[in-house]
Amino acid sequence: MISAANILLLILAIITAIAAISVKDLLGAVALLGAFSFFMCLLWAEMGAVDVAFTEAAVGAGVSMAFFVATLYHIARRSRD
Amino acid sequence: MSRILGIMMVTFFGALLILSTVDFSPWSDPAQPAAVHVSPRYIERTIEETGIPNVVTSVLADYRGYDTLFETSVIFTAGVVVILLLRREKKW
Amino acid sequence: MVKDPDDIIVRTVARFMIPIIQLFSLYVYVHGHISPGGGFQGGCILAASFILISLAFNIGEAKKILSGRKNLLFIGLGVFIYAFTGLVPLFVQGNFLDYQHLSQFLPLDPVMARYYGVALVELGVQITVMAVMISLFQDLVTAGRHESILKDRENGIDR
Repeated sequence: MISAANILLLILAIITAIAAISVKDLLGAVALLGAFSFFMCLLWAEMGAVDVAFTEAAVGAGVSMAFFVATLYHIARRSRD
Repeated sequence: MSRILGIMMVTFFGALLILSTVDFSPWSDPAQPAAVHVSPRYIERTIEETGIPNVVTSVLADYRGYDTLFETSVIFTAGVVVILLLRREKKW
Repeated sequence: MVKDPDDIIVRTVARFMIPIIQLFSLYVYVHGHISPGGGFQGGCILAASFILISLAFNIGEAKKILSGRKNLLFIGLGVFIYAFTGLVPLFVQGNFLDYQHLSQFLPLDPVMARYYGVALVELGVQITVMAVMISLFQDLVTAGRHESILKDRENGIDR
């Protein structure tokens, strides 16, 4: 049984995933990847896998975003492709 | 040319993956293969065997202790490798 | 990060938030037996508090609390706690990672020995995850040269 909230979250996750790989500004791509992680976290929480959702929120949307921004500190901000 | 080839490959394997989801058991079906083998035993006996109310924790750290041990050692290895590759210091 | 961000709002909010984040991480670890959570998530949240110190003040401030050497020690200590907890049952003819044999060393019955064995193991996971995340962040943000950058700052060279 897939509810309407599930469909909405899935659509938003797909939109943010496609936007994250197509945007030129790398900081924007990192922010969109964080949004994607958070939608996946909400999706898992909605499915009942609260432990996985918690890990995704702590690692995917939290610490790994800090790592990406720390790496962006050293490289050019705009992507060429 | 390689772009068209790439799109064809992605379409083909994507269609294959979507085709395979037809055979999945229904959502939250108690008779699906993943839920009939050892899961009921863990769910029924985790309190009397370990005293931990959260089944996820008891499976992760007790029944599947080897898994978590080597998961931790993977994180340890990742940290050590990043230190070896990136750190440019004589004295820490 | 490396330079001081001279922003009083960020500093005040960080000073207010850091104890709450660390307390929440301990709650996630201790309460992981009952609610979702555990060592991995708690370690990540604890590392996030140190990353917040590095972002709002600078890396030197974070290294005053947890120096690079201590952090390196913590990386190994967590895995050691985990492996040693698994190794102890071998001395009394149990299996590796079979925590119920801990009851012969601690004043506990076998069921509660498994309960506290899991708690010990999660502590090891938390320590390793925290130390690895902090060292990863510090190496990434300074390209592995935090000591020389800090020394340059003391000598007045700004990067």
